[in-house]
Amino acid sequence: MRGTSRDRILARVRRALADVPAHERPQDHPVPRDYLRTHGARTPAESADLLAENLADYRAVVHRVAATGLPALLTELLGRRGARRVAVPAGLPAEWLAQAPVEQVPDSAGLTARELDAVDSVVTGCALAIAETGTVVLDAGPDQGRRLITLVPDHHVCVVRTADQIVDSVPQALGRLDPARPLTWISGPSATSDIELDRVEGVHGPRALDVILVHDGRPRDEQAVTGDSAPARGL
Amino acid sequence: MSRTYLGMPAFPEAAAVSTGDATLRANLRRATHTIRAKRAAAVAELDDWDQLRAAGAAVKDRTLRHLDRYLLQLEENVTRAGGTVHWAADADEANRIVTDLVRATGETEVVKVKSMATQETGLNAALEQAGIRPYETDLAELIVQLGDDLPSHILVPAIHRSRGEIRDIFRTRMADWGRPAPSGLTDRPSDLAEAARLHLREKFLRAKVAVSGANFMVAETGTLVVVESEGNGRMCLTLPETLISVVGIEKTVPTWQDLEIYLQLLPRSATAERMNPYTSMWTGTTDDDGPRSFHLVLLDNGRTDALADRTGRQVLRCIRCSACLNVCPVYERAGGHAYGSPYPGPIGAVLTPQLRGLASPLEESLPFASSLCGACYDVCPVAIDIPEILVHLRERVVQGGEVTTRGIRTVVKPAKKHLAERAMMHAAGWTLDHPRALRRAQRLAARTRRLHPRRLPGPGRAWSDTRELPPLPTEPFRDWWARTRGGTA
Ligand code: SF4
Repeated sequence: MRGTSRDRILARVRRALADVPAHERPQDHPVPRDYLRTHGARTPAESADLLAENLADYRAVVHRVAATGLPALLTELLGRRGARRVAVPAGLPAEWLAQAPVEQVPDSAGLTARELDAVDSVVTGCALAIAETGTVVLDAGPDQGRRLITLVPDHHVCVVRTADQIVDSVPQALGRLDPARPLTWISGPSATSDIELDRVEGVHGPRALDVILVHDGRPRDEQAVTGDSAPARGL
Repeated sequence: MSRTYLGMPAFPEAAAVSTGDATLRANLRRATHTIRAKRAAAVAELDDWDQLRAAGAAVKDRTLRHLDRYLLQLEENVTRAGGTVHWAADADEANRIVTDLVRATGETEVVKVKSMATQETGLNAALEQAGIRPYETDLAELIVQLGDDLPSHILVPAIHRSRGEIRDIFRTRMADWGRPAPSGLTDRPSDLAEAARLHLREKFLRAKVAVSGANFMVAETGTLVVVESEGNGRMCLTLPETLISVVGIEKTVPTWQDLEIYLQLLPRSATAERMNPYTSMWTGTTDDDGPRSFHLVLLDNGRTDALADRTGRQVLRCIRCSACLNVCPVYERAGGHAYGSPYPGPIGAVLTPQLRGLASPLEESLPFASSLCGACYDVCPVAIDIPEILVHLRERVVQGGEVTTRGIRTVVKPAKKHLAERAMMHAAGWTLDHPRALRRAQRLAARTRRLHPRRLPGPGRAWSDTRELPPLPTEPFRDWWARTRGGTA
């Protein structure tokens, strides 16, 4: 049966395209790619600022910290939330949560969604972040874990290294991502526009998203701050 | 039982009912006007919008012109990554494939991510008949399902419902489907969202099988992409053991890089966001992460018939953003249900008659459900010239001509005179209600003169006259219409 419909559909497609010259190759139909690779030229510091601004615009809470301050900040954020049980990807650097007085729930193939439903928070790294759209992208790498661990708990803390993980634009992001890996693009916490077309935060995914932009610890530009970033526009 | 669109009346009759519904019109008006302004601002942020739009149209055209080749490449790559590909020539076949796949798992429930394709095939009704309970998990789809209702917007299927109505539906119906609404539920959107979260959480944790659609399929990698807001998509794509995705064949794009165009065009056009909250991409199956078995059902169901029409095939570029609905003066007044399919608004007016053929008075009337004002074309992120297709389809209805139906080329006869007249009266009524729209329609008419039927009866000239403003009737049009409609209705 399956073969039959496959053949029938392909035959219909070919009949429908009788007007396309037999010698035409896909590349013969022109695609103008004169759109921009990025929208504006930015220094790395400006890209980080834009990322912070756009993330906050969609109600992620953005924090900036030097690498040495990361464990203390994580401890503080989990404490503020009252998190007791925290899901941890296998490859998360051990020192990140070394100071946090929480029960760590390690990600493993056996950890079920139901078990995760009783977990308060999850802490991960990311594959990259996109400044222009305020997006973090997870690719299930060792410091991010399986997709479900960032989905079922209600609070996600995502750490972005500003030195090498921020790109400006969607085209740049796709160029760096591996399609063979399962990818999750996250732009702010879960939301819906389904009630009178108005964006409301919080349906099924984590309703609280903390993003930490961590820099390498050298004195950075004058805008570097620790703790919450300035509240951004649109709040 | 899930409601279906079977036996829907033709557009003018259905629209007459909804335009008389003041609540519906007010809900629609508020929602579409809000999103219009936001979309314009989101689009204005990108200096290269026109270039993105041109590229978005060109990539789709390239794909469509070589669709057989890309479908085979897609099949090969999905299969290599551990997925199984099925081909469904029509809705019944798609429903049968999905039903059999669910049965093979031994499960009697599935969770569903909002999917236009499965609405089009009427999958929920088919599953229910087979004793399988489908749970819609998108908030708006949940509202529609609980309210035993039909969707009225592509992106926000419950757009015709106000927050108060939603609260009432949750209060009275949630208990029948699972966890009841919290007592004292208010109509605050955040409370309504919380109620949906609680209601569906148990279903997600229990679900073994999910059914989804997809926004894009990448031929060169076999990757599927789902763009969403709430996280119900992520739940369905990640937690169950079996994932079945039903996707129209036109959702194919050739390369991974091509996504850079659509992931910029779609969120800004749809929800007016720089980026939607969640986008999931998966290629086949991944060990220990997500579903162990993945099935892709490639759906034709009239798409190849649309592909056979050289003017009409551009409709297959559509990325279902719904921007054309939100700017359409006819949609705003008529409401989504009048279009008699899951595809309302301008896109529905050109897509439904092509997918189903000019099969009944409904499909024949849809091309007339427009004032040809052109706003839909202006906002369409893939530059579908909807007014051009409308005029083309009107010609088919009025004059008859060659069409392809289920892969077979046939000639349709001109619609019965009274029907064509009636449909055109209605269209003309809209146009004359909107002087600005009329001027634009005239410009368009001049542009597409070649495509126009030569002779149209009576006031049908309001849109077919190509040279000058039609003389305004001495009797106001609406009076004339009210007086004469009794004769033809
Ligand atoms: S026709 Fe264009 S504007 Fe309308 S839904 Fe499709 S892509 Fe969007």
